[in-house]
Amino acid sequence: MLSGRTFGLRRPSTARAVAVPVPAPDTPLGAAPLAMAKQPGGGGGWRSHTGSLLFILPAAIFLGAIVVYPLVATLVRSLFDNNNGSSFVGLGNYKEIFATDDILIGLRNNVIWVIVFPFTVTFLGLVFAVLTERIRWATAFKTVVFMPIVFSLTASALIWRAVFDLDPHVGMVNAAVQTVSDVFNPPGLYPIDKSAGQALSNLASTNVAATASATLQSTSTVSSGGVAKLGLVGISPFTLQMLNAQKVQVPSAASGGVVGVVWRDFSPTHVGVKGTVFPDEDGLPGLHVSLLRSDGSSAATATTGLNGAFHFDNVGQGQFHVQVDSSNFGSGFTGISFLGTQSITPTASLSRTAQALLSVPLVDIAMIIAMLWIWAGFAMVAIGAGLASLNREVLEAAHMDGATEWQTLRRVTIPMLLPVLIVVFVTMLINVLKIFDIILNMPPGTSQQDASTLALLIYNTGFTANPATGLASALCVLLFILVIPAMLLNLRRIRGT
Amino acid sequence: MTTAAISAVPVRTGGWRSRLRRRRPVLNVVLALIAIFWLVPSIGLLVVSLRPESAFTQSGWWTVLTAPSRLTIQNYTTLFSQGLRPGGLLDSLITSAVITVPTTILVTSLSSLAAYSLVFGRWRGRDAVFLVVVALMVVPVQMALLPVASLYKLFGSATGFNPFGTVVGVVIFHVAFGLPFGIFLMRNFYNGIPRDLLEAGRIDGAGEWKLFRRVVLPLGVPAAASLAIFQFIWVWNDLLVALIFLGGNAHAPLTVFLFDQVRELASNYWIVSTGGIISIIVPLIVFFSFQRYFVRGMLAGAVK
Repeated sequence: MLSGRTFGLRRPSTARAVAVPVPAPDTPLGAAPLAMAKQPGGGGGWRSHTGSLLFILPAAIFLGAIVVYPLVATLVRSLFDNNNGSSFVGLGNYKEIFATDDILIGLRNNVIWVIVFPFTVTFLGLVFAVLTERIRWATAFKTVVFMPIVFSLTASALIWRAVFDLDPHVGMVNAAVQTVSDVFNPPGLYPIDKSAGQALSNLASTNVAATASATLQSTSTVSSGGVAKLGLVGISPFTLQMLNAQKVQVPSAASGGVVGVVWRDFSPTHVGVKGTVFPDEDGLPGLHVSLLRSDGSSAATATTGLNGAFHFDNVGQGQFHVQVDSSNFGSGFTGISFLGTQSITPTASLSRTAQALLSVPLVDIAMIIAMLWIWAGFAMVAIGAGLASLNREVLEAAHMDGATEWQTLRRVTIPMLLPVLIVVFVTMLINVLKIFDIILNMPPGTSQQDASTLALLIYNTGFTANPATGLASALCVLLFILVIPAMLLNLRRIRGT
Repeated sequence: MTTAAISAVPVRTGGWRSRLRRRRPVLNVVLALIAIFWLVPSIGLLVVSLRPESAFTQSGWWTVLTAPSRLTIQNYTTLFSQGLRPGGLLDSLITSAVITVPTTILVTSLSSLAAYSLVFGRWRGRDAVFLVVVALMVVPVQMALLPVASLYKLFGSATGFNPFGTVVGVVIFHVAFGLPFGIFLMRNFYNGIPRDLLEAGRIDGAGEWKLFRRVVLPLGVPAAASLAIFQFIWVWNDLLVALIFLGGNAHAPLTVFLFDQVRELASNYWIVSTGGIISIIVPLIVFFSFQRYFVRGMLAGAVK
């Protein structure tokens, strides 16, 4: 009827189910002649068919000025210097890209994203699509999993930044790890956080010193019938309140045993006076203490009471030290730095450039998980639509022939779905090549550089107070070159038939 | 809208499906766990926004499970009571709308017009132009940021109005980058409209404008709705373009508002969580109201 309609999307194919909005049953196509009938004849407007050329004009102006012209301008600009762009540098900017470690880090991250993400999200989408066909509440499930797509990437990044927060009081994942970890490695009542600069030796005040094995030991010895007094400082009142500590009370000596007290060697009424047990000082409750023989072996163990007192009965002869065990000071689990720069590949000993190329920082994994959370719903729904449009008769036939569900899936369903899977894969590929919002918002400032990608590098090079415009343009062109294969694939699919 | 919209394609035969959906307790439990996993992060954001500011670093949000009475809408009232202060939450909400609504209308209408021309026009080279449009769909916005910024400045020195740093500049940019997909989607839909309809109109002497307004546009409503919803959510959620083309403008959309608070997350998370929920609510309402159209637009946009 009309010339020039040699291509288009009229021929049905499986890929088409995804790429094209198939006019649904609710499309008012059936009502169309009616609408025509209402049309009064004649009428003004453009009488010539070429008049419709004017219809494309506004769009053409927008596209020409804001998309096509800048494409060319950026290409040209990338060949000029960074300052005002007055001197031609040829491919100099491109050479700089591959000679700068910080940029290589970004490229490496792009590679990690491209290798891991499109495949994983397509796989997840396929699994979800296949499984939801087998439950009665598929719509509810799909809605829940699809929902994050409508959130801004910024909001999603902030959600996941909190989920992976280092502090187990904030980050859900670290809280979960802590719960498990505490079972096997419980924290002491008086934890020492070495990463916060705390040290056991800072606790020692009177008749006590830190040992190499992370315990505190009395400096003087005690024998049967004696009294040992160990003074500690640097314990927060908050901790004492939590442990319900009472005022210190030195027990009276008992024959045949060793008694003593561990107390907080700080009196508000005698500030600066150490070594004396004042009645307004607190005992340190709940401490595990051991009585050590001169050869270092343990003769007895005890736990201090609420007033800090402890008793060892029937200790026998000899000189003893009192030890405050290391288990009291264990910090337990303090959080895994999921958003940190720690590499999961062993690259610490390599050169800086090799590190830039080969490290896989933990933060990348965290961000990939967040992106899976965002995009799995899309993959699921797209693949689900493809699944629903498959020829049921073929599947029925496979069933009749005695194929199990798994065989049907592997040998029939997945091969038939391949075009849809490719579309989802390519979509996600383009998506992560351009990934920006997540990188800008999810990693904390300290790991941002290790998490950067091409898009973030462009932002940081071209849009700072002191922009390197030539280099930024070259990075843009590089990004563009990377999406060209996807562009060609699209064109082939459009023309394909 | 119907709840089944997300399934995209209606169920066809009963036999196969009902056989698939026989009792599978293990599968149901596994999928229920996955669904919970998917929900929990968002619920966390909601709960944090409903907790007192000071509670954030003291205990995890999940502790409200044991003490739900601690929840409060204090954070919301605090942020909204700041009123229209530039850079405030309410101001950002309005700025987001001021950017998104015109963009959506422009993209939808200009795409429809262009698609009409590409499908029903009789000028030569339409197919080539369409191929160019398809090619432009994947162009990264980054390619255009720097040149358009200088283009805006040039325009400013010529006319006295520099769109850089204004909502107008952001809208122009969004419209241009929304058009390739918009034209693609509308053209594919218009392609399915029988040509005889228009021929009949032409014989009756209807002009192109009239054919577009009275015939093609009404028929294209489902596609236009998909495009509009998709475009709305896309632009509402944009960070990069607003970040660059609004420059230092005091009025920033919600995404920029959130971005500005991120730097000191621990002390600002009450603002971030509250703003985050507000920024999420609008697209969620749009999504649940027009689920069918959004999903269709999303699937059509699989190439973007």
